[in-house]
Amino acid sequence: MDAKIVVNKLRKHFNALPVVDGVDLSVADGEFVAIVGPSGCGKSTLMKIVAGFEQPDQGEVLIDGARVTRPSPKGIVISQHGSVFPWLTVQQNLMFGLNEEHKDHAALADHYAAMVGLKGFENAYPHQLSGGMLKRVEIARALVVKPEILYMDEPFSALDALMNLKMRNELLRVLGEERHTVLLITHDVEEALYLADRVMVLSPRPTRIQASFSIHQPHPRKLSSPEMQQLKEEILGQLGL
Amino acid sequence: MEKLNRIWPPALVLAAIVAIWWVTVNVTESVIFPTPAQVVSGTLELVEDGTLWEHITASLMRVGAGFALAVLVAVPMGLWMGRVDGAFRTFNPVFQILRPISPIAWIPIAILWFGVGDASPVFLIFIASVFPMIVQTAAGVHTIEKRYLRAAENFGVSRSRLFRQVIIPAVLPEIIVGMRIGLGVAWLVVVAAEMIALHSGLGYLIIDSRNAGNRYDLVIAGMIIIGLIGLALDGLMRLLEGLKQVRWRYGR
Repeated sequence: MDAKIVVNKLRKHFNALPVVDGVDLSVADGEFVAIVGPSGCGKSTLMKIVAGFEQPDQGEVLIDGARVTRPSPKGIVISQHGSVFPWLTVQQNLMFGLNEEHKDHAALADHYAAMVGLKGFENAYPHQLSGGMLKRVEIARALVVKPEILYMDEPFSALDALMNLKMRNELLRVLGEERHTVLLITHDVEEALYLADRVMVLSPRPTRIQASFSIHQPHPRKLSSPEMQQLKEEILGQLGL
Repeated sequence: MEKLNRIWPPALVLAAIVAIWWVTVNVTESVIFPTPAQVVSGTLELVEDGTLWEHITASLMRVGAGFALAVLVAVPMGLWMGRVDGAFRTFNPVFQILRPISPIAWIPIAILWFGVGDASPVFLIFIASVFPMIVQTAAGVHTIEKRYLRAAENFGVSRSRLFRQVIIPAVLPEIIVGMRIGLGVAWLVVVAAEMIALHSGLGYLIIDSRNAGNRYDLVIAGMIIIGLIGLALDGLMRLLEGLKQVRWRYGR
């Protein structure tokens, strides 16, 4: 398989504080990779660099072999607190990233609204929606522009526990309809195990990749199965628990 | 019923004020200070000969012109200062110095530059309302949450769309707050400006009524009308806060 994202010897300091200390990683096209690590380890910084929002001090990020210097609609970030525009309706939010190259914006928006279960809410404003619905808007808004990569930074951690579980299944269902390469950052080991093809464990700051686990179980996965429990133990062990 | 409960306490206070006023004037047997009834009949006099509408229209036109001009200057200026750090660093200190100068202090200069015609009060209203609106708009741009700007950057939208769909709507609630403040100050200033010069307007009505035969009934009538129109103008601005594009900011 071709590598979609390649990260080479990435280093980043903030003043004298080293945050990212030589991360190498490669994500195949269509692969779902989860990165777990202790809080404050530099996960989010790593994600910002990979998505092009911050520049590394050393090393580089390549997408399809081209060096990343700034963000692009090729890879859309979905983060914990979300960035659905509160002053636009659901439909206007979904059409936000579309330009002249796209035909019939409203139809595209409605198609993705229906895909994530927002049919009938096209004209609602975000403050009229629940947290879970907002997350759906954000995911749909990303999908509308047909990104090749989704960067998800703790996407569901602001949701309540039940909605968190529900959104995992929703995400898998949507990815079943349209395959994207996904880089997920999370502190939730079970979330990573449930969703990802591969789980990478980051060390405490300055962070580097400490271990990597491939998960071959088919979806839908049962986290209570012995294999998954075994993997969870190993990953938690890597995190020092 | 709930609406009634909100109305009667202030109505009661107003009625009490009028009653105390009436009793005090009667007890002190003041010759100059009018009773509420005299104020009402004075107002009716003005309504009948049509001068009241002339004064109100004159004042409102001046406020309208000065305020509109101020909005046209302040909003683009505030947006520019909010987006471009160099512009903010250059102009903000200047505006911070100009802002605390009372518009009343500008009256001599206004008369020097624009004479005693309509241009002077329009200029004063402009001066009074433009600075708070600039400052409020620029502050609004500065407080746009970074995650929204990042999202716009991520989708790689054009500059014009960034302005139309992110920056302007994000700042609109602050612009409306600025406009409320600006219009409030403008209304304060027009009355003051009209007291100095001119031959029309509510400020002129007050000064002229006093000078031409101590008509204090008309002085007080003018004051009350100024208060009521000020309240109505603020109510008008508050209607803007109900627009569905800004409701996200002011709560549901």
